[in-house]
Amino acid sequence: MTNVATKPVRRPVGRRTGVSKPSGWWGLAFIAPATIGLVALYVWPFLSTLLKSFQDVPAFGPATFVGLENYTTLIGDGDFWKAFQNSALYTLIILLGIPLAVVLAALIEQVGRGRAIYRVLFFLPVVTLPVAIGMVWRFIYNGDFGLLNYVLSWFGIDGQFWVADPRFTIYAFGVVGIWMGLGINLIILGAGLQAIPKALYEASSLDGAGRVRQFFHITVPLLSPSIFFVTILSVIAALQMFDLLFIMLRGVNNTALTDSKTIVYLFYEKAFVQFDQGYGAAIAIVLLMVIMIATALQFRLQRSWVFYG
Amino acid sequence: MAESTVRRTSGPRRGGRAGATWPIHVLLVVAVVFMVVPFVWQLLTVFKTTAEVTRVPPTILPADFSLHSFETFFSTVPFWSMFAVSAGSLVLRVAGQIVVAALAGYAFARIPFPGSRVLFGLFIVMLMVPSQLFLIGQFQLIRDLQLLDTLPALAIPGLFSAFGTFLMRQAFLTMPGDYEEAARLDGANTFQVFWYVMLPMARPMLAALAVLTGLYSWNDLLWPLIVSPSGENRPLPVGLAGLQGQFGTDYPTLMAGALVCSIPLVIVFLVLQRQFFAGIASSGLKG
Repeated sequence: MTNVATKPVRRPVGRRTGVSKPSGWWGLAFIAPATIGLVALYVWPFLSTLLKSFQDVPAFGPATFVGLENYTTLIGDGDFWKAFQNSALYTLIILLGIPLAVVLAALIEQVGRGRAIYRVLFFLPVVTLPVAIGMVWRFIYNGDFGLLNYVLSWFGIDGQFWVADPRFTIYAFGVVGIWMGLGINLIILGAGLQAIPKALYEASSLDGAGRVRQFFHITVPLLSPSIFFVTILSVIAALQMFDLLFIMLRGVNNTALTDSKTIVYLFYEKAFVQFDQGYGAAIAIVLLMVIMIATALQFRLQRSWVFYG
Repeated sequence: MAESTVRRTSGPRRGGRAGATWPIHVLLVVAVVFMVVPFVWQLLTVFKTTAEVTRVPPTILPADFSLHSFETFFSTVPFWSMFAVSAGSLVLRVAGQIVVAALAGYAFARIPFPGSRVLFGLFIVMLMVPSQLFLIGQFQLIRDLQLLDTLPALAIPGLFSAFGTFLMRQAFLTMPGDYEEAARLDGANTFQVFWYVMLPMARPMLAALAVLTGLYSWNDLLWPLIVSPSGENRPLPVGLAGLQGQFGTDYPTLMAGALVCSIPLVIVFLVLQRQFFAGIASSGLKG
């Protein structure tokens, strides 16, 4: 890069006094623990998942190569398509939380005193056990005596079984997902907002622009790289949703559970409950492809809306 | 922080923009209410009786603040042993990952060695693969090492992190080389330079990484679920999930359990806010 030019000037001094650059051996020694761990616990498991996705792996006994059978089964598997649909729907709902986060981040940025308190309060769900969050919301969503139905009754709206009724389950999860992720998005967007020069706001308010105009004409375009980043992160996380589902559908009537599984839940069930690891591996590979396609798609779309100043 | 030193005295002059902040506070307070209501409802429920909780319409305030739910929770759930498992695996994972990632990050940033770029590329690739892709192989390894249902099983995969390595490399890349050269002139070897000179300068990033790793470790459900099949050495999330199965409708006890298991990390967060925010923001620096 550009700083190469400044380097050679110093060298002769070092050589004269006998100071040696660190040798490659040091590098290898430093890198060894991380590399051994990476290979044993990441590279090899990844390759083994890939391999198993082409095998029939019984719980006991040797695996046999079956070619694309796991994948063809997957394509014909209604459970898988249902899970795929659920994950996609959940992800779309989570995306609705991003405009909300942008508005809230901009509002918090305008606050002088008290900003720290807002940040802490919005961040609380991030540091609360997801399992605990699932339990609390499950209680709030309870169809018989949950808080949500009670509040809705004030407005004359009929209560529903938000978790147990498969028509609502994913939407109910989506609301919790947005609520849980808001704190993280606010911090990342807040860091992006800090980087926007204040002079732009001052200049535009001299020109008579109000806050709303400034938000759409200065904040959103200049924040768009951060918004893009938050979107990428949110989509990846949403496609991997597991904890909420696991805790909120425990012991709920079976139709809700069979109808509301996500891809990762299906993977867990196949690979670690039924111990059909070949099929589970195929689901994991498909998850990887879904995430890659979703991410690539967003990089494509960003050209039309992300503004690099 | 800086903004607190800037007094609002110039407020009236700046008119348009700095004008009234109360509408902003109103909007934010409405949002905060949505954020906080679930926690408030949880807190109120903890002190109620099961009869109060299942009444329609629900009672808002408990008639008398009963502590029965905590008694039930602590008498049926081995909280302290689960807490010890959660805390122990967190410490192991955080300490291990910091050392491993700092060493590797330093080498990638500062020591030229053959194959450095290819290897770093491999780390980056692994960074982008979702964690579920590793679970089957990691489980197999843990099982083959006869480590199922042990504390190390919970921590081992988390000792190694492509993300941590990447983060530490970024930290060391931005440091000036002068200190290194000065130390080397004084006769320090590479490890001494790393340990006594560079690592202390990376302290803010180390803290951010530690806090993020701790957060993941404490909250993780899927991995502990997989490697603790028999139920021994279960961390809090797994135990709490079991509670939900066991006390399906005893909401005060469930809420008390959820509260007690969440409190430790919330306290840590309140103390180390700055590190949490820095960790999240730094993970957002570059994808």
